[in-house]
Amino acid sequence: MAQATSRRDALRAGVLLAPAYLWLTVAVFLPLSAMLFFSFLSAAPFTSANWHVTGLNYAEFLTRSIYPDLLGRSLLLAAIVTLACVLIGYPCAYVLARQVKGRAREALFLLIILPFWSNSLVRIFSWAIVLRGNGIIDHTLGALLPFVSVNLMFSYTAVVIGLVHSYLPYVILTSYLALQAIDESILEAARSLGAPFRTILFRLLLPLSLQGLAAGAVLIFVPVAGSFMEPRILGGKHGIFYGTLIEDQFVATFNWPLGAALSFILLAVVLVILAAASPILKRAR
Amino acid sequence: MSQPRGISRVLGRGYVGLVLFFLYAPILVMALMSFNASEFYAFPLSFTLDWYRRLWGNAGIVASAWRSLWIAVATTAIATVLGTAAALALFRYEFRGKRLLQALLFPPIAIPWLIIGTAMLIFFFWVGIGRGTPAVILGHVALALPYVIVVVAARLQTFDPQLEEAARSLGAGQWVVTRDVTLPWIASGVVAGALFAFAVSFDQFVVSYFLAQPGDATLPVVIYTAIRKGFTPEINAISTIIIAVSMAVMLAASRFFKFGGER
Repeated sequence: MAQATSRRDALRAGVLLAPAYLWLTVAVFLPLSAMLFFSFLSAAPFTSANWHVTGLNYAEFLTRSIYPDLLGRSLLLAAIVTLACVLIGYPCAYVLARQVKGRAREALFLLIILPFWSNSLVRIFSWAIVLRGNGIIDHTLGALLPFVSVNLMFSYTAVVIGLVHSYLPYVILTSYLALQAIDESILEAARSLGAPFRTILFRLLLPLSLQGLAAGAVLIFVPVAGSFMEPRILGGKHGIFYGTLIEDQFVATFNWPLGAALSFILLAVVLVILAAASPILKRAR
Repeated sequence: MSQPRGISRVLGRGYVGLVLFFLYAPILVMALMSFNASEFYAFPLSFTLDWYRRLWGNAGIVASAWRSLWIAVATTAIATVLGTAAALALFRYEFRGKRLLQALLFPPIAIPWLIIGTAMLIFFFWVGIGRGTPAVILGHVALALPYVIVVVAARLQTFDPQLEEAARSLGAGQWVVTRDVTLPWIASGVVAGALFAFAVSFDQFVVSYFLAQPGDATLPVVIYTAIRKGFTPEINAISTIIIAVSMAVMLAASRFFKFGGER
């Protein structure tokens, strides 16, 4: 590898790197800094000439219990969705990584992660069509059990189902990558010594794939804690969460400084979670 | 192969089948309903293409679809060029702060889009860019860049830097080396990165939602607004088209990029 001892190399590296990183600075890092500053303002400078620096937005979060309550509600939702995704996704990743081989594995794997790159809004809408009263679930159940009618639409359950559907491929993807890297001969050795599957799972598979599993869990927990579109569409009046609260500040009540403070509190929570997970995520490196 | 493991194999495949059913059934139901004549999604189904015809006549949706498409194309072009250049520099040169630059790629991926989107809204308003298509493109490129860099960098891992050395020692200049030696080798990674960038932009809802001008919005934003007013089979029709397009793009990407790693 070339050493950037010469000035020409340094110049070349700078020319290649500058456009991308300038772009990220203007579109991500400066906005995040601006938002931090904004969260300490009494009013938006471009809507009111009368603004000053204040800690009131954060004080409002602490004094009005509805805000911390909604944050807790969102974190609980994220925990439930993450747990469901892990419980459903890990066994699926195991089958793909250790039982299916060759082209069948490639095809199945592609089928699982294909939806994950397709439009999340459209997929949430598809659940609205399925779950609504008089929808297909209602009809199928009605045909089997007359007089039974289910309408899951606009409920907490609907929000959880939609979010699990959206984020399940993450945990399958990361767990699969970790599981397929495990050396088959270790598992063979354990089997030939008579270890039951339970022992292999808890003493070998889980510890050896923990990094992938944890990465998948973090990748689910963080965005779900900040979700607003899914609860809005599927939750109805049960769809009020911390994310929808932030959305309201920007598109409905136009209290941008409060919205900025609420966003930053969420960002702080996200960073704490990432920091807490980082020992597990780094361990296997 | 012993008998019990054969059974577990069947169970395993059945389970994967169930997961696939969960992932695809709602999408299929949604697509099916776009061909159903009843405005209220009533059964039994009776086939029609009316909703697609109506969609074509809906000037607002058609305009937003074209807007989404060309924003995605512009995002892809910009992010692919800038991202490939950055990935090359990170691969070729050793310098102080390189690890920091690599670490800086993760905030745009890891921070929830709600936070990034509202931060962009505040900043772009502050500096006078405001809302609208330029703001949307600024945002989309920033979200797509880290993906392009990571995907191209992964492909570069398989490239032997001695090939560049050899070309240089034969008298090729830096540009010729890049064009004739390095780029052909990483072409599949660049194509995959471009397709990822397209998907990030074309499917982007959250950031577009905060940055798009009302009345001048991208397709997902228009759909979100429509859904909140009430469902119509017309939304099913456009959603079916979107899902078909983005799945086709990702299927194309899969030919260039192994999601499951090598083996």
